[in-house]
Amino acid sequence: MTMTDTLIAAGALNVSPAASPAASVMWLVIAVPLASAAVLLLAGRRSDKWGHILGVAAPTVSFLIAAWGLFDLLSRPANDRIQDFDLAWWLTNGIDLDFGLRVDQLSLTFVLLVTFVGTLIHVYSVAYMGHDPDRRRFFAYLNFFVAAMLLLVLANSYLVLFVGWEGVGLASYLLIGFWNQRIEYAVAAKKAFIANRIGDVGLLLAMMIMFSEFGTLRFGDVFAAIAGVASWDPGHATVICTSIGLALLLAACGKSAQFPLQSWLGDAMAGPTPVSALIHAATMVTAGVYLVVRSGPIFEQTPVARLVVLIVGAVTLLFGAIVGCAKDDMKKALAASTMSQIGYMMLAAGLGPVGAIFAIMHLVTHGFFKAGLFLGAGSVMHAMKDQVDMRRFGRLDKFMRLTWLTFMMGWLAILGVPPFAGFFSKDKIIEQAFVPPPDALWQAWVFGAVALLGAGLTAFYMSRLFFMVFHGQARWTDDQHPHESPPLMTGPMIVLAVGSVSLGLILTLAGFDDYLAPALVQAHHGEPVLNAYLIMALTFVLVLAGAGIAWLKFGRASAVVPELPPAADGLVRAARADLYQDEFNHYALVVPGQTLVAVTTKTDDAVVDGAVRGLAWVFQGLGGLLARIQTGFVRSYAAAMLAGAILLMAIVLAVWI
Amino acid sequence: MNLTVVLAVGPVIEFDWYKLAPVVVVLVAAVLATLVEAFAPVRARRLIEVPLALLAVASAGLLALHLAISPQDISGATANGAVTIDPLGLYLQLAIAASALIGLLVIADRTVQGDDAFAPQASAVPGSEYEEQARKAGLTQTDVFPLVLFATGGMMLFPVAGDLITLFVALEVLSLPLYLLSGMARHRRLLSQEASLKYFLLGAMASAFFLFGAAWVYGATGSLSLSRIGTAISGGLTQDTILLTGVVLILAGLLFKVGAVPFHYWTPDVYQGAPTPITGFMAACTKIAAFGALLRVLYAVTPGLEWDLTPVLWTVAILTMVVGTVIGLVQRDVKRLLAYSAIAHAGFILTGVASFSPDGISGTLFYLFTYGISTVGAFGLIALVREVDAEGHMRGQATGLDQWRGLGRRSPLLAGTFAFFLLSFAGIPLTAGFVGKFAVFAAAFGAGAAPLAITGLACSAAAAFFYARIIVAMFFEESPDDSVVARTGLGIGVRTLGLTQIAVAISAVLTLVLGVIPGWFLNFTEELSLLWVP
Repeated sequence: MTMTDTLIAAGALNVSPAASPAASVMWLVIAVPLASAAVLLLAGRRSDKWGHILGVAAPTVSFLIAAWGLFDLLSRPANDRIQDFDLAWWLTNGIDLDFGLRVDQLSLTFVLLVTFVGTLIHVYSVAYMGHDPDRRRFFAYLNFFVAAMLLLVLANSYLVLFVGWEGVGLASYLLIGFWNQRIEYAVAAKKAFIANRIGDVGLLLAMMIMFSEFGTLRFGDVFAAIAGVASWDPGHATVICTSIGLALLLAACGKSAQFPLQSWLGDAMAGPTPVSALIHAATMVTAGVYLVVRSGPIFEQTPVARLVVLIVGAVTLLFGAIVGCAKDDMKKALAASTMSQIGYMMLAAGLGPVGAIFAIMHLVTHGFFKAGLFLGAGSVMHAMKDQVDMRRFGRLDKFMRLTWLTFMMGWLAILGVPPFAGFFSKDKIIEQAFVPPPDALWQAWVFGAVALLGAGLTAFYMSRLFFMVFHGQARWTDDQHPHESPPLMTGPMIVLAVGSVSLGLILTLAGFDDYLAPALVQAHHGEPVLNAYLIMALTFVLVLAGAGIAWLKFGRASAVVPELPPAADGLVRAARADLYQDEFNHYALVVPGQTLVAVTTKTDDAVVDGAVRGLAWVFQGLGGLLARIQTGFVRSYAAAMLAGAILLMAIVLAVWI
Repeated sequence: MNLTVVLAVGPVIEFDWYKLAPVVVVLVAAVLATLVEAFAPVRARRLIEVPLALLAVASAGLLALHLAISPQDISGATANGAVTIDPLGLYLQLAIAASALIGLLVIADRTVQGDDAFAPQASAVPGSEYEEQARKAGLTQTDVFPLVLFATGGMMLFPVAGDLITLFVALEVLSLPLYLLSGMARHRRLLSQEASLKYFLLGAMASAFFLFGAAWVYGATGSLSLSRIGTAISGGLTQDTILLTGVVLILAGLLFKVGAVPFHYWTPDVYQGAPTPITGFMAACTKIAAFGALLRVLYAVTPGLEWDLTPVLWTVAILTMVVGTVIGLVQRDVKRLLAYSAIAHAGFILTGVASFSPDGISGTLFYLFTYGISTVGAFGLIALVREVDAEGHMRGQATGLDQWRGLGRRSPLLAGTFAFFLLSFAGIPLTAGFVGKFAVFAAAFGAGAAPLAITGLACSAAAAFFYARIIVAMFFEESPDDSVVARTGLGIGVRTLGLTQIAVAISAVLTLVLGVIPGWFLNFTEELSLLWVP
């Protein structure tokens, strides 16, 4: 507190409006895990013994502060909950940049999700990584990730957000390649990093346009400038808003594994399972959705960019669902599902302010049940000697009761069965998709139908996964003895399962939409083209159908699941190969890219380096020559000084003689 | 606090000791330290001198800070106009004290065998039997401390001098001890003594320029007081040959101290020859003090001579940047390389000075402080890298670039920190050096001095090459076969009392902090510059 006051007094910190006590220490939420990561990395092997305890303690402290922050926020009037903290960072020659944090409903929602789920996954990792000699380093990276993610969501400007954005990218890279002794894991890490970098270019572009147009990167100022867009030349305004919107969307696509930058997410499953749960399911991959929702005022001004958001969301939704139906690798099937669910969120975010609320709500519930599903998958892998091929599972329900039960809760939640969590968030998105924008009725039908179809596909692939793992006949390899995981692992799974069951209901009853709405653009509710109850009924029927087909094919006691993937038609083969996205990337991007690199390397070597080498040669020669003036004889120095003084006098006097 | 000293003959001089306190504390401590040298037993001297010197410089810095942030306005002349105290002067005093304090830590440090950087008996012939006996007897030169204190006192007086006589006295008070200190290196004594003599001879010549210039200015304006000279010039005395010649000669004297081309010739020889801790102290503090004095003189004669002096300053700044960078490219000795880097930096700072704008002053002030701090740290690190002979005894410093090869593998912490300082000198973002360069170049652009800024940018880019060369040598090249560089378990160079490590840590942290969150400090220097030149 005193530090905050001192900074304010010194004029270095600018707080608006008057800040609550909890909000003014919100920087600690970031600082604590960051400090912990630094300690764990710098102390090295010396902290191997107690590293994991510190690693768990740090996000726990962050969560407690965030929880205090929530109570504090709720005690303020609903229209006065956005608090900005600006630490003067760079102030010279008209460039005015702050290192600022924003505490509001949206950022706090994320902070709570990240710290709560993050803490649980840290606890789980203590046991899951128990035998790994590098567990301490794992916790250091995980803590660093939490800090970067919190910086991303607490930032009050695109600049600070970008710092967090790059930070989570780095953490993701380090953690995917955590077992980088295996070449293919290191390659997966690199792939994720590069796909993310492509997205980052989008964020950079957006920031450059904003800075050159508005001269600021702070959310408040940018949105204020955007709101005044009506007074601009309409052509210019459209171009600017649309380019910013599309650039931001590119960034979101990279981070959130949305079409066409989605190919890295499946490979990212190379990381340890807690990483998949925390980073590649619950939090980091949803940062793109956060970015689009946070930038709502910008997308409000550009129908074109918003339509592109909708298309990207819808395509990814189906894309992920189709891929998910064909995957035999348990974690990759879950990854495809994540992709598809984020597609739902992206679709919702593109629908406007009302959709954005449900995007965030689905993001929160998804964070719980998908993290729970991943932790369950980790528990199964733990029991089955790191086996991930679902064709070699079956009948695990008898041996892992807790894992089975908690997994079932997550499964029901993602299916959207009432009253599980997914029902409240996903059904609302489907309903919103059927609401037509003012002048485009076709959009409601197209996107509504896609969302509806996605629900059926989701039910099928998730039920397929669930039944293949836990039901049907045992198809284990010879030396496997499934057993339940230790309490440190099942504990977090149970907590997440409770969330998967109840969180949707709780958030709805607690008025999550009213809570979040003031942080977003003012919403205008529209009516869907179909009756809401009809949509709900249709969804339910499709979900039942999907789950039923999966039961018939994989769940019944008499269902036969071949231990090797059977020959299949073109669509299934394509889905197994991620719809040939990698091949497409290879021929459309990698090959031309490599050719370009080869050509530019040659050019660079011959022309640019040639010039540089020539210049260096000239300078070195010049330096050698000039260095000879430095003879070491004090008499020549004195003479040179005298000559210099005379020269200077000559310059002065020459001006007017 | 106002004491009136009535001299036997002459006018009554008002001394405001409160305002003079920062300078007086250091000078009184210097006198006390001399008395300690005269009367205290040999064994006790070091024990008394080190805390005395540290305490004096630290309290001088704190006093300057206290005066600067005191609510009442302390600006004004005292001692009959010989000294002018204002926030800018106090800031410079604080910067000098801070750098000197860090420098003193390095100077006071010695190896666990009791080896410091200074010859046991400066008067002994190098390598003679007498010297060997002195070394075995464990004699050390504690005279270093009073000398450093006198130099610091002179430096702190330099930027608050109110007239040309005080300016000259301060110049000599800071210079004479430095000439002596330069000749005291324990190892490579002949090089050191040669450097000392060269520094003295050329310094004497620069002083002569200065005095000669002061006489011409007095002739033209009838006064030695900076403020009255300014009044005379703004009264219309601009097209005067005598005045202009005088001002240029004064500038020549000050530019010598700064190490600007064409008065830079002493810099490489002296930086290389002087004991490394002294090089660090001198490089940092002299530069701050001399630029402070330069600002004083320049802004006393402008507005009025602004248009006459701009071509001179531009010529000097451009030459300084180019010569420092270009010759730096071919150096093979780390200390000499940093000497040329110091010359180039003098040029960069001059672009801020020559902008004649509040932004330029603000950038200059920021640059001076951060450059001073990182320079002391960098030279402190150089002092830690030593040669060892076959029996494992510590020898002289290893400053050849070849000897630094592979240092990153043997002493990762040392090499990493040094690399960080080099990145700051090169002006890489997230270091204070970047912010300083940005501030002065932006100011130069803003004030219409684009050629200066462009030359500065080009030279920074070229200079990055020779900093990178050290980094490459440290981290990416194999060590020489006969490993001559000290190797210790801690990976921090030679084993010492640890004072150098403290000094380096302080300067590295400041360099990082001012690079990552410079906003508050830039705010501060901007306010100072606006106070001074509204």
